[in-house]
Amino acid sequence: MSVTSRRLRSTAAVALTVGLALGMAACSKKNDDTGNTSNNGPVTITLQYFGTPGFTQAVKDFEAKNPNIKVDVQNKGQLKDFTPQLAQYLAAGKGAGDVVMLEEGIMGGYLQDPSGFTNLLDLGADKIKADYADYKWGGALTPDGKKLIGLGTDVGPLALAYRTDLFAQAGLPTDRDSVSKLWSSWEDYINVGKQFQAKVKTAKWIDSATSIVQPYVMQNSDTWFYSKDNKFIGDTNPVVKKAWDLGLQMSADGLTAKLKRWDPTWDAAFKAGAFATVPAPPWYTGVIKERAGDGAKGKWDIATIPGKGGNWGGSYLGIPEQSKHKAQAFELLKYLTGKEGEVAEYKEVGALPSNLQALKDPAVADSTNDYFNSAPFGKIYAGAVTDLKPIYLGPKHQQLWENVFEPQMQAAESGKSTPQAAWDKAVKDGKALAES
Amino acid sequence: MRSRLDLKLSPYVFVAPFFLLFAVFGAFPLIWTGYISLHKYNLSGTDLGSVGLNNYRRLLGDEHFWIVIGNTFGLFFVATVPQLLLALMIASWLNKRLRFRTSLRMGILVPNITSVATVGIVFGFIFADRYGLANWLLHSIGFDVVNWRDHRWSSWTAIAFMVDWRWTGYNALIYLAAMQAIPRDLYESAAIDGASAVRRFWKITVPLIQPTILFTVIISTIGGMQLFTEPLLFNYGRSQGGSLNEFQTAAMFIYEQTFVNFDVGRGAATSWLLFLLIIVFALINFALLRRSLRGNTS
Repeated sequence: MSVTSRRLRSTAAVALTVGLALGMAACSKKNDDTGNTSNNGPVTITLQYFGTPGFTQAVKDFEAKNPNIKVDVQNKGQLKDFTPQLAQYLAAGKGAGDVVMLEEGIMGGYLQDPSGFTNLLDLGADKIKADYADYKWGGALTPDGKKLIGLGTDVGPLALAYRTDLFAQAGLPTDRDSVSKLWSSWEDYINVGKQFQAKVKTAKWIDSATSIVQPYVMQNSDTWFYSKDNKFIGDTNPVVKKAWDLGLQMSADGLTAKLKRWDPTWDAAFKAGAFATVPAPPWYTGVIKERAGDGAKGKWDIATIPGKGGNWGGSYLGIPEQSKHKAQAFELLKYLTGKEGEVAEYKEVGALPSNLQALKDPAVADSTNDYFNSAPFGKIYAGAVTDLKPIYLGPKHQQLWENVFEPQMQAAESGKSTPQAAWDKAVKDGKALAES
Repeated sequence: MRSRLDLKLSPYVFVAPFFLLFAVFGAFPLIWTGYISLHKYNLSGTDLGSVGLNNYRRLLGDEHFWIVIGNTFGLFFVATVPQLLLALMIASWLNKRLRFRTSLRMGILVPNITSVATVGIVFGFIFADRYGLANWLLHSIGFDVVNWRDHRWSSWTAIAFMVDWRWTGYNALIYLAAMQAIPRDLYESAAIDGASAVRRFWKITVPLIQPTILFTVIISTIGGMQLFTEPLLFNYGRSQGGSLNEFQTAAMFIYEQTFVNFDVGRGAATSWLLFLLIIVFALINFALLRRSLRGNTS
């Protein structure tokens, strides 16, 4: 081997090593250009959402009005898929969109530790405070009232969706006013369910025992798993146990299809028409439409829910602190939670505006929904918004419900566990999770 | 002078890329995870200070942790033992003179190059609780339908199917490569002495590919202990692995602790415990297998 080739090789090796080292240094170097906001050229901002918020048309309209802002819309799957991703993005300081969607169940955690989010009050959100329902605004405000981490997209006043064809089979009335009169309490609802089940063998009254828990608790309490000073009260809050018992009672009476919500089997059951009723806030009607598909168009309708009014679900949009285009992001956020944006989202998927201007818009207030037998959604839902009361969910609400109480309830429903053993385990695990 | 430096230094420089990469992607995460496991963090990743060995103490006293460890080992046995036996048989079959030998040999690797996400999703549909292919088959031949995710045995069976479908071919190919190195005349003389095919397989093939078997056992042990994607996708992306954690593996538990409950310290502590368990278990497997294979040759 000649000297030159050897020298060449060692030089190459050194170059490679140095290159690698530099590359790594570059990777780990903090990206510290804050790239502040007032630049004139076109800017692309990202919007990350989960579920079916109906942003498609609203984003198009926004882009048409703001030729200098392009929006990269990223669908992040379901809430359970996006929640861990978002936490990772925020902890890593990288990867989060300029505008991200936050569900009310995970807001509590971020309100306790809001450092990952921009204070929208600093961007001028206080000027539009009057546009939003009070409780929705308050749901994104830190306890000291100094930091606002999100603006409301939709709210979830409760109603009950039912299948007219299955009701007809059972000899029950099918028009929404008569159906609404069938029940005033959940006990009535269960009794009608028994009548239904006596006649119909091919479908169940409701999808799952766990389906009534959220509506029931939201109707009857202003707390759930946490007291307002963040103590775990899942074991002592009487409403939680009552909802648990009601659900499992329905299951014991053979009224539930024993499905696991949000699983593909559940999706397929919508298509197969495997259950007759399901509690449905406005955003949920988009869920039904997406899963039941065109074949079931006109077969679903909406009636009032047993018990009194309440709220289930609804989301916010926030701007992560790591965003490099906060001004533009805020423009998008204002548009999507503003009158025009929320009206467009309502038209697309039925997500009911939390923006009071949008709620008053005839396109919402006087609207009917084709898919649901032309039900007057505006009248049924928009009328219910003013009655909504806030419920305090607390830091780990979503995990406590989705990963502890709901699975235990499913275990009891499927007969793997007794209701008592499941409850004891849920309380024990819940306590450990809440207090860790 | 220069060439002496060259002589002394360049070997290190040549091997440096591996060590650099290992330091960045191997050693550093390991040590950093160890550090994290002694601390408590909040949702946005701020260090709330050291908690000593508390994370470990809590884990070892937590029934949930032991369920998860049990699942991991259980699934390992259910999935890996049949997998390696099957791979051995397939390999010895492919080692014969067959028609379309090359395409068969290549064909068995196809499942392995399929994306694991695809496998998970497709098998998730096959083993769907209702409206699934497996249940449709069971029902049409007169059996009761099975709620696959509701029992330990059924969920483990379904997951073992996924794992084996993907990895049997890969192991078979490795065995096949080793078998081809065995001289043919050994088999011929054994056959002349009257040894049956089964006897030839156990007395010649298996002992002679012993190092390869050891290799696959170690690799499968590591893979099996870290089983994650298949059971996660089988449960449609939920890390609880069934409502009573029937098929939650250690890796899923780590994920749940870290990214669902945001208890990063506890997740890191679980990672370390799993790491230690894998080392111990791999060593035990190695020792056991070496002894039993030795016994075979004598």
